[in-house]
Amino acid sequence: MNKHIKGFYQSIGLPRLIILLFFIVVLFGAAFYDMDVVALMSNVLRRWGMYGILVLAMVPSIQCGIGPNFGVSLGIVCGLFGSLVAIELDIANLSIFAGNQTLGAWMSLLFAVVLSAVIAWFVGMGYGVLLNRVKGSEMTVSTYVGFSVIAFMNILWVTLPFGSGDIKWPIGGEGARNTISLAGSFSEIMNKTGSFTIGDPETGLFVPTGLLLFFFLFCFLMYLFLKSRTGIAMSAAGANPSFATASGIHVNKMRIIGTALSTSLGAVGIITYAQAFGFLQMYNAPLMMGFACVAAVLIGGASTTRARISHVIIGTFLFQGLLVVALPVANKVLVGTDLSDIMRMIISNGIILYALTKAKGGAANEE
Amino acid sequence: MDTKYVLRMDGISKEYYGTQVLKNINLSVAPGEIHALMGENGAGKSTLMNILFGMPVIHNTGGFDGTIEVDGVPVVIDSPHKAMELGIGMVHQEFMLLPGFTITENIKIGREISSPTFISRVFGKSLEKLDHKAMAKDAKKALDTIGLNIEEYTRVKGLPVGYMQFIEIAREIDKSGIKLLIFDEPTAVLTESEADRLLDTMKLLAKKGIAIIFITHRIDEVMAVTNSMTILRDGSFIDRVLTKDVNPVRIAEMMIGRKVEKLLDDTDDNRAISSDDIILDIKNLEVNMPGERVKGVDLAIRRGEVFGIGGLAGQGKIGIPNGIMGLYETTGSIIFEGDEINPKILGDALRKGIANVSEDRRGVGLLLNNSIEHNITFTAMQIQGKFLKNFGITRLYNKKQALKHAKSMIKTLDIRCTGPEQAVGRLSGGNQQKVCIARALTLTPKLLIVSEPTRGIDIGAKKLVIELLSKLNREQGLTIIMVSSELNELRSICDRIAIVAEGKIARILKPEDPDAEFGLAMSGVKQEVHKDE
Repeated sequence: MNKHIKGFYQSIGLPRLIILLFFIVVLFGAAFYDMDVVALMSNVLRRWGMYGILVLAMVPSIQCGIGPNFGVSLGIVCGLFGSLVAIELDIANLSIFAGNQTLGAWMSLLFAVVLSAVIAWFVGMGYGVLLNRVKGSEMTVSTYVGFSVIAFMNILWVTLPFGSGDIKWPIGGEGARNTISLAGSFSEIMNKTGSFTIGDPETGLFVPTGLLLFFFLFCFLMYLFLKSRTGIAMSAAGANPSFATASGIHVNKMRIIGTALSTSLGAVGIITYAQAFGFLQMYNAPLMMGFACVAAVLIGGASTTRARISHVIIGTFLFQGLLVVALPVANKVLVGTDLSDIMRMIISNGIILYALTKAKGGAANEE
Repeated sequence: MDTKYVLRMDGISKEYYGTQVLKNINLSVAPGEIHALMGENGAGKSTLMNILFGMPVIHNTGGFDGTIEVDGVPVVIDSPHKAMELGIGMVHQEFMLLPGFTITENIKIGREISSPTFISRVFGKSLEKLDHKAMAKDAKKALDTIGLNIEEYTRVKGLPVGYMQFIEIAREIDKSGIKLLIFDEPTAVLTESEADRLLDTMKLLAKKGIAIIFITHRIDEVMAVTNSMTILRDGSFIDRVLTKDVNPVRIAEMMIGRKVEKLLDDTDDNRAISSDDIILDIKNLEVNMPGERVKGVDLAIRRGEVFGIGGLAGQGKIGIPNGIMGLYETTGSIIFEGDEINPKILGDALRKGIANVSEDRRGVGLLLNNSIEHNITFTAMQIQGKFLKNFGITRLYNKKQALKHAKSMIKTLDIRCTGPEQAVGRLSGGNQQKVCIARALTLTPKLLIVSEPTRGIDIGAKKLVIELLSKLNREQGLTIIMVSSELNELRSICDRIAIVAEGKIARILKPEDPDAEFGLAMSGVKQEVHKDE
C-alpha cells in the first residue's frame, strides 16, 4: 500500500501536487467569498478544451528535439488565415447547407481546419529547415520567429483584399478588423455539439462535450502517431541524435516532421480556441500565446526534452484552471487592485523559468 | 649514484578512487639528456606528468606518494605555477596559443617586459607601458635558438600547424632558468619533414644543457634522438635503459608485455574458414572522422572469422566501422557479399545486413532514459519493420511482441535487470553493453562489428562479453569484426588482427605472433604489409 502511494507520488511529482493543492485551496477560497464556483468550473472546462490543442502542439516539437515551440504563433497565423478564407467564402451559408445551420457551421470549421493545417504543414517544414541550421539555440530562435511572423502578418492583414463584411472594417477601406465575429460561421459550434448541463439549466455545470471530444480525439491521434514507426524514430532523434543516426535515421528530417506537425497543430488549435471564444483575434493578439502554451505543458510535467500526452491534459487543466479560479479570488482578497493580468504574467513566465532551470542544456541523454 | 640529475621522481604511486594507476614509478633525467617516456595508452604517462606539474586533478583526488627532487633538492610541487618557477616547461599537444595575437605576444604572454610611465607610478605596475622592442628582441632570440625563420610580428592565426609547435617551444625556452622541457607527443600532428626539424631542435636544446622528456610511442624517433628511456606498462615501472643498449624489438616487447589474464577459455573450434570466401571486401577506404581519420585502408574479411582491428587511440581504427556504417564522410569501395555498399546513404550497411555496436556506448549506443525493450527493438523496427502491427491504414508499435523478444534476449544474453521495462541508464556498464549487442543481434546480421566492447566495464563483465562474442561466432557462424584498444582482448578471441597506425593498416598479424611484432606495428615502424599472413 505504502509502495503504491509512493509510486503515485513519484508519477505526479512534487510541483504538480503543490499546484493541485493550491488549485483546491483557491476553489475553497472562491466558495468562501461567495463566488459562483459552478460557473467557475464551467469556465475551467471550456478553457481546458479551448487551449488543449495549442498545448498539444508542444508535444511533437519537444519530442523531435527542437524543444518547446515558442514559435507556435507561426501555426496560429496559418489558422487565422484559414478561418478568414472560410468566412470569406461564406462556407457556413452555402446553399447546400441551407436549413441545417449546425452542419454548415461544422463544414465551415472543418474547411478552415483542413486548409490551415495543410498551409501550416508547409510553413512548418520551412521553419524546420531554419531550426536545423541553428541547432542548440532553438528556443531563442523560435521565440523570435514567433514575434517576427506576427509583425509580418500584421502587414498582410492590413493589405489582403478581403471582401466579406464580417472581416472588413465597417467604415470601409482595406484589411481585416482587430476582432472578427464568428457568429456568421462557426462560433461555439464545438462547444454546443452534444453539450449538456449538470444540474439547473441556467446555473448548472456546462459541459462542452464536442469541444472536449475534439481535444481528446487529437490527443488520441497524437498518441497513435507517437506509437508509429515515424513517431518512435522522431522521439529517438530528439532524445539522442547520434543514436538515431547510428540506426539509419535522418535526424534533420525527423526534426522537420516534428516542427511541421507542431505548426499544423498550432493552426488547428487556434481555430478551436477561436470558435469557443466566438471571435478571431487578429494582429498582436497571438503574440504571447506561445508562452502560455509552453507554460501549460511544463506545468503538466513535461521537460524541455520530454513530453507526453498526459502532460498536455493535466497541464492545460491546471494552468487554465488556476488562471480562471485564482484571478477573481485574488481580486477579491486584495480589494481595489486589478491583479489578474499581473498574476497571469507571473504564473506563466514563472513556470517557464522554473522549467528552464530544470533543463540540462544539451544533455538530453543524461539521466 | 654519481650522475647529477635535474629531476628525480622516486617511488611515485597514485590512486584514483581506489584504482591504482601508478605503482612505484621512478624517473630521472640528467641535464642535457633527451629521455623518452614510453608506454601504451593508459600506461600512466599523462598521470605522471600531471604529478610533475602539480595539476589540480592530482590534489583533488588525494595527492600521491613518493618524492620529487629538482637539482638534488626535494621539492613540493602543488601548482603548475610552482613547476614553472622550478624551471619545468611543457610543450602541449593541443596548442595553447592565442590565434589573434602575434608571435611575440604569444611568446611573452604573462612575462611581458614593461617600462614605468606616469600613470603606472600612480596606479601600479599593471598599467606600465609594454616595451615592444625588447619583447620582439627576446622573441626573435628564442625563435633563432630553435632555428625558426619567421617574422616575430606575424599573427599566429593561419600559420601552418608545424609552426605553432615551434612557437610553443620558443615560448618555453624564452622563460629564464628553464631546466627541463617536456614534449608531449609533439610529432603526432606534424608532417615528416617538420618532425625531423623538431627532432633536430630537441638535440640543439639538449646541447645547451636543457633536459628533455620526450613522450611518444614512435619507436623510430626514440631510437634517433634519445639518450635513455623509461618504459611504463599498466602503471608499473618496467625499466630504465640507455638507448644504445636496446633495439626496437626489445622496446616493443617491454611496452606490450605478455599479460597473464586470460579472457577466453579454450573452446572447440570446428569452423572452416577459407581465405577465398570473402564476406566483406574494403578497398581504399577513407573516412573523415575527426580524431580518428582513416587514410586508405584495404581489408578482406573472411566468412566466419573473428577479425580484430587494433592500434593506439587516434590512429584511425575507430574510423573504419564508422565509415562502413556511413556515419562520417567516407570514400572508397565496400563490397559486402558481392553487393556494393554506398556509405553516403545513411543506413545502407544496416539494411544490407551489417550490424554495428558503437564504441561510445552511452553517447551513441543507447537511449539511456528509455527501456531495455525499446533499446533492443529500435533499430530492427526502423530498418526492417519488425515489431510493428498492421492496423490497416497504419502500422503501430507491437509492444507485446517487443516485450517477448526483449525477455528472450535478456535470458539468452543474461542481462541483469529488474525487467525489460527498466531504463538502460540504470544498468551497469557490462549489462548496457549486452543491450547494445542484443540490439545488433535483433537485426539478425550477417556481419557484426563491435567497437571497444569492453571499454569501461569491469574484468568479470569483460570476460562475459568476450565469451558471448566467441559463442556467437563459434556456434552461429556469425562473422565478427572487433575493434579494440586492448591488444590482449583481441589476441584472446581473434583469428587475425590488423594493426592500424596513422590511418593505414600497418600489418595483419596472427594472435600468437610475438609481442614485439605488435609493438612495432603499433608504433608505426614502416614495414611491408603482408596481406595474407
